Amino acid sequence: MVNGYPLLTILVFLPLAGALFLIPVWKRPEWLRRLALGAGVVELALAGWLTVRWQAFQQAPGAPAGFLLWEDLPWIEGFGIRYTVGMDGISLLMVILTAFITVIALAVSWRGIRERVALHYLLILVMESGIMGVFLSLDLILFYLFWEVMLVPMFLLIGIWGHGRRIYSAVKFFLYTMFGSLLMLLAIIGVYLVHGSETGSYTFALPALVNTRIAPDLAGWLFAAFLLAFAIKVPLFPLHTWLPDAHTDAPTAGSVLLAGLLLKTGAYGIIRFGYPLFPQAAASFAPLLTVLAVVGIIYGSWVAYAQTDMKRLVAYSSVGHMGFVALGIAAWTPVSLSGSVLQMVNHGVTTGALFALVGMLDERAETREIAAFGGLWGKIPLFSAFFLLFSMASAGLPGLNNFAGEFIILAGSFRVSPLAVVLAFIGIILPLVYTVRLVQQLLFVTERQPLALADISLREGGVLAVLALAAIYLGVHPAPVLDLLKVPVGLLTGTP
Amino acid sequence: METLAMPAINFAAIMPETILSAVAMALLLVNVFVRSEQKAYLGYLSLIGILVTFFPIVAGWNAPVELQSGFNGAVLQDNFSLFFKGIFLVSAALSILISDQYMQREGCNHGELYPLILLATAGMMLMASGTDLMVIFLGLELLSVALYVLAGFNRDKLKSNEAGLKYFLLGAFSTGFLLYGMALTFGATGTTKIAGIAAYVAANPMITGNQMFLVGMLLMGVGFSFKIAAAPFHMWTPDVYEGAPTPMTAFMSVGPKAAGFAAFLRVFMIALPAYKPEWSALLWVLAVLTMTVGNITALFQQDIKRMLAYSSIAHAGYVLVGFVAGNAVGTAGIMFYMLSYAFMNIGAFAIILLVGRKGEPNNNVADYAGFGFKHPLLGLAMSIFLFSLAGIPPAAGFIGKFYIFSGAIQAGYIWLAIIGVLNSAASVYYYLRVMVFMYMKDPVEEFDWLKVTPAHALCLLVAVAGVLIPGIVPGYLLELAQKAVFF
Repeated sequence: MVNGYPLLTILVFLPLAGALFLIPVWKRPEWLRRLALGAGVVELALAGWLTVRWQAFQQAPGAPAGFLLWEDLPWIEGFGIRYTVGMDGISLLMVILTAFITVIALAVSWRGIRERVALHYLLILVMESGIMGVFLSLDLILFYLFWEVMLVPMFLLIGIWGHGRRIYSAVKFFLYTMFGSLLMLLAIIGVYLVHGSETGSYTFALPALVNTRIAPDLAGWLFAAFLLAFAIKVPLFPLHTWLPDAHTDAPTAGSVLLAGLLLKTGAYGIIRFGYPLFPQAAASFAPLLTVLAVVGIIYGSWVAYAQTDMKRLVAYSSVGHMGFVALGIAAWTPVSLSGSVLQMVNHGVTTGALFALVGMLDERAETREIAAFGGLWGKIPLFSAFFLLFSMASAGLPGLNNFAGEFIILAGSFRVSPLAVVLAFIGIILPLVYTVRLVQQLLFVTERQPLALADISLREGGVLAVLALAAIYLGVHPAPVLDLLKVPVGLLTGTP
Repeated sequence: METLAMPAINFAAIMPETILSAVAMALLLVNVFVRSEQKAYLGYLSLIGILVTFFPIVAGWNAPVELQSGFNGAVLQDNFSLFFKGIFLVSAALSILISDQYMQREGCNHGELYPLILLATAGMMLMASGTDLMVIFLGLELLSVALYVLAGFNRDKLKSNEAGLKYFLLGAFSTGFLLYGMALTFGATGTTKIAGIAAYVAANPMITGNQMFLVGMLLMGVGFSFKIAAAPFHMWTPDVYEGAPTPMTAFMSVGPKAAGFAAFLRVFMIALPAYKPEWSALLWVLAVLTMTVGNITALFQQDIKRMLAYSSIAHAGYVLVGFVAGNAVGTAGIMFYMLSYAFMNIGAFAIILLVGRKGEPNNNVADYAGFGFKHPLLGLAMSIFLFSLAGIPPAAGFIGKFYIFSGAIQAGYIWLAIIGVLNSAASVYYYLRVMVFMYMKDPVEEFDWLKVTPAHALCLLVAVAGVLIPGIVPGYLLELAQKAVFF
């Protein structure tokens, strides 16, 4: 707590409160949009203020090292379940990303959503609360609760406002995640019981559980259960098959949130819970994780090349990009891990922007087939400029954000797994292949069919400009982000 | 002159049963003077009776053992039975709240409904506090006979008749098993008191070679399994649940099941603690079968009542997981789970009842197309119940499952917990299907016939509160459940 204010609790529940304020005006779309966006902006301002003030905070009393903000209250005492939220540099980055991407998601659904507007915005805000909770919880049951809570709004977003086989995709998304997370729940109970029988204090608090001595066999199984749950979310090859469906059929805001935030929760889970709880088991799983990451990088890019639907293309490119994040986590060196967290932010910005762009195009032309377009550069130059910028960012052009993240990951992982890094380099080249092709087909070849397209509006331009600034800033000057990560990453990898 | 020794009766030990039975009898008399369209008053009176019954239950909590025990040790109103009695009262009260509207709509508002519900509840209570096989049997019969009538209560409807008859035939059959088992056990041990059987088993370790005793216990197990609808003794459930009047389905799916578990737990845990590995191995198989059969069959149901019937079989399977665990956590988990199940399942049935109208039960899942947007509040309530049934936090169903699986893992039944969790993941599919229709399909109907009476609203409100409050702050209830464990 800072000056007696439970800032983290406010951060978690403010969007939920905002969602409740939408209910009285549920019949007035104009009010709804503004109110929801207002709530999102207030949340972003709070997160921003925390970032600015971050260096001034002192280590919170009673909190584990690195956690400058920390709130801890009893919740279900009979089971040793507590309401524990804490923020270190990694959480802070994820929180600011969440607040930022949510504002983008609220803004991009301004015109696209015309039916059931109230529920749409309400769900986005509820999901923001859930995601904030995931990034801040330090009690395993609390974490599990938020982990499930963020699932339901996304299920409804895809199912109600989606396109194509929306119901199939929504159910598939839900079942995949549920399957993994239930096994994780068993593993959570397992750690809890092992720790309890060893020390006599039954608790779900992460800082206490980190020091549990678990028999290697058991630890392997427990880690596998955690990894399964998180790997489905990341998603790691071969557990990625829900992703192209969910991304493609989701409404624009849903795709932005999925790519920008939900995938990050998986990687964050591995970093925050998987590795610290079972360091030895994680080390023995690292080769597997590395292989899956590299396969994901190459496979994702390869399949992306074959896509004719733009949204599917961006979705598969996510599999590749998140493979880089997984590679950095698997290496578990200070540099590679910082790279992974940075890349999580980068991917959120770039892919979020690409989904927003594709969504705008879809709104205008009502198709996402690459083959339907052509010659956009001459017709809608502003849109095309942004499209080119984010495509290049996604392809890893130096000076833009993804390059910084990928480069740091590769540099940090090289000493641990040189072969994997060499193979992953292919994964840097492949995106260039499909992105250049996409840009060429979309922007530069002659127009295939006459489409009356309007260039981006002021609101859309504003959204994209903010994203572009973020992409350029993170690409040119990622040092502040890396500074934030220095302490927590050092503590996690044991090299302070 | 020698005085006749008075047996230690202690009516306080059966006070809740006594009050309910007395109210039931009185209502049967009052019923004669109440006109057909005003039978709701009987419902209100029975609700008052139920509220009054809560007093001895609260007062009896943590009472000294000499006040708990009655009838020469044939009943024991300990915390365990008191917790279950609370569950029975909750399920009876919620079912009564939604009964009148349905019965008027279907034109079968006969006043006998309410006394029968109260008598069935008294029967369940006897089962929960019986420490003598005869009392358990008595309670079971009182419960069953009342339920046979209730299942066939809509006597002009063929399906309801079928449900009543089927329930009666299979119920009688299972009672036969149970009674025969009790008789054989009595023959082998010379007593019907559970504690007496336990003492006999402890004194005669060779009893396990006695086939009469083994068959007796086995048959009792089969009899109880019928009552809790564990696979492969579950065949009657879907037909009966489908055909019975919806409020009675709601009632039947919770109360009798909880009563069956209460008696089942007490008989096996107390009489045969030394042979727990043997019987829990059998129950292990039963639990896995019950969960899997229930869930897999539920996946293919189009009728929502049948779906919930199979889901209730699956839930019995989860509860059996806690039984197999056999430790304090598992047993407390069973109690917590049954209480949450009462709220979420009756709540779901209350919505199902509303969606139907006279002559058109609208029980197909497809009938729920667009329901969530036509009636946002009811849709929200239904979603809460479904998510709780699926075990998604922050609903009570999640805490219950968490509790039960914790018990299983603690007792070392890792695989059972894994199978349970996988089952739970599969079950999400059919609960989601209802959500899919409610929110993701375009409405076919306007649902303009839908009328929420105050009683119905109260039932839904209580059910939602009963799902959400223990889901978010379960501390108090968990503590009660932990204190209710009898060993």
